Amino acid sequence: MYWEKELETRDRADLATLQLERLRETARRAVRSHHYGKAWTDAGFHPEDIRTLGDVGKIPFTTKDDLRENWPYGFLAVPKDDLVRMHSSSGTTGRATVIFHTKNDVDAWTNLVARCMYMTGLRKSDVFQNMMTYGLFTGGLGFHYGAERIGALTIPAGAGNSKRQIQLMRDFETTAIHIIPSYALHLYTVFEELGLTPQKDTKVRMAFIGAEPHSEKMRKRIEEFYGFKAFNSYGLSEMNGPGVAFECPEQNGMHIWEDNFLVEIIDPVTLEPVPDGQEGELVMTTLVREGMPVLRYRTKDLTRILPGPCPCGRTHRRIERITGRTDDMMILKGVNIFPIQIEKKLMEIPGVGRNFLIFLEREGFNDLMHIKVEVERGFFDGELRHLEALRRRIVEELKSDILITPKVDLVEPDSLPKTEGKAVRVIDNRET
Amino acid sequence: MIAHQLSIFAENKPGKLASVTSVLAKAKVSIRATTIATADTFGVINLIVDDPKTAQEALTKAGMMVKLRPVLAILIDDKPGGLDRLTQLLFKEGVNVNNAYGFVLESREKAVFVVDVDQTEKAEKLVEKNGFRTLDTEALSAIEPFHYMKY
Repeated sequence: MYWEKELETRDRADLATLQLERLRETARRAVRSHHYGKAWTDAGFHPEDIRTLGDVGKIPFTTKDDLRENWPYGFLAVPKDDLVRMHSSSGTTGRATVIFHTKNDVDAWTNLVARCMYMTGLRKSDVFQNMMTYGLFTGGLGFHYGAERIGALTIPAGAGNSKRQIQLMRDFETTAIHIIPSYALHLYTVFEELGLTPQKDTKVRMAFIGAEPHSEKMRKRIEEFYGFKAFNSYGLSEMNGPGVAFECPEQNGMHIWEDNFLVEIIDPVTLEPVPDGQEGELVMTTLVREGMPVLRYRTKDLTRILPGPCPCGRTHRRIERITGRTDDMMILKGVNIFPIQIEKKLMEIPGVGRNFLIFLEREGFNDLMHIKVEVERGFFDGELRHLEALRRRIVEELKSDILITPKVDLVEPDSLPKTEGKAVRVIDNRET
Repeated sequence: MIAHQLSIFAENKPGKLASVTSVLAKAKVSIRATTIATADTFGVINLIVDDPKTAQEALTKAGMMVKLRPVLAILIDDKPGGLDRLTQLLFKEGVNVNNAYGFVLESREKAVFVVDVDQTEKAEKLVEKNGFRTLDTEALSAIEPFHYMKY
């Protein structure tokens, strides 16, 4: 039932002692990096200022902008030679953040993913099919290594190619899958097209879902369609990737591994901590990472700590599924997209007017991006073919930048609603 | 002679054409001919009107994106083979037509064929040399009373 019983069920006071020790060690390591060395000197903070866990509040926050400004090596606390792996946040040119790992970092990460998967019931005897994109994205390799650590037979299927996925599931009697929730719903329709039912025609008994926000309703739907248990997972590349927080068999909140991460929930406006149970922004500190320690990282994800102990016996607190973001990042098919990227690209294209509006829609089981773009008045020469060429160019340029093929409509100048102050760029019509 | 066609950008949605004609009605502009070209969610409304300048101003003031495009309004015989004589000429001379439409002036007598081509002036010289008459905007607006007098 437990991957590491002693650590997972350690009493809170002992866990706090371990956290303090690891936090102090992490701060001492981090100050060797270019970024923290400078930022902490500027802020008048010294690692030895940490005497209690409460002193974490003295450490300046770290933001995604800090990571970008220090691209690529400004956060390294070890020589480059000690690194064995790099990953990058999903998304795109110019906005990517890079995370580096030493051998011990990859080991610790792998162990956490194994801990999560074991907790939900994955065992050595299982056949695990990983339907995530391999590559820079952490979701593919992270789960792959975790499953191998447990000893399960791991099929690196990668994303897409639905018929082959189903074939693999049937040929090798897959018992567990890792899948993006919207893709799980789509894959079900492919089962139907083939005249198959997952319950009868496969041996899959559990799924790990994540990399994309989804509601409890959506999880229930996936579970009903497939007749298996689907476990919610939370992770971000800045904190390794998958394996940060995961549901236990209770399926009521995700245990966030407090021996590896120091967790704070803050009010995103006052930046003060909020009590357990109250919603706020999740702020995280790595407690064991060597290569690239990140302290008080503002995830921009909104959630709350579920108060009270979990019947499963684990003492690590649980976070609720992510309820939103404090910034305007969109997640579509597992890809992180900021409206500013789309704006930047659009404004480079001659003929594009001042305003645009992004709609996120769910069509069947697919998430779609639909963008209305105002045409520049001077561009219009009365010829439909020139408009059509502009539309196609917008689609192509965005596709190569954000990796999603949007549906683009051209609209009249000044026809889109204008807002006072910060423009509303995104309307999310996906049911949640 | 060169005539002018109004081209109006239009999202493909109910009421768009009605809003164009409403503006033109208020501006007392008379419409001679119209075509609409669409590409899925948007398109272009093309109009031949009696007073293109007034129409353009009124539509622009109403927030629409409007362009005056030079076109050739060519007088043809409204009888079998009338249009064919013209199109065969354009084909023979390699004139590419982007858009074209026609309307009848006098039943079984005269019609006007409007063509939107890449090189308007060159095409104009070509058709006139071959015995066709082209109408300019003034001629187009003048023909209407004549048209009604027949009845």
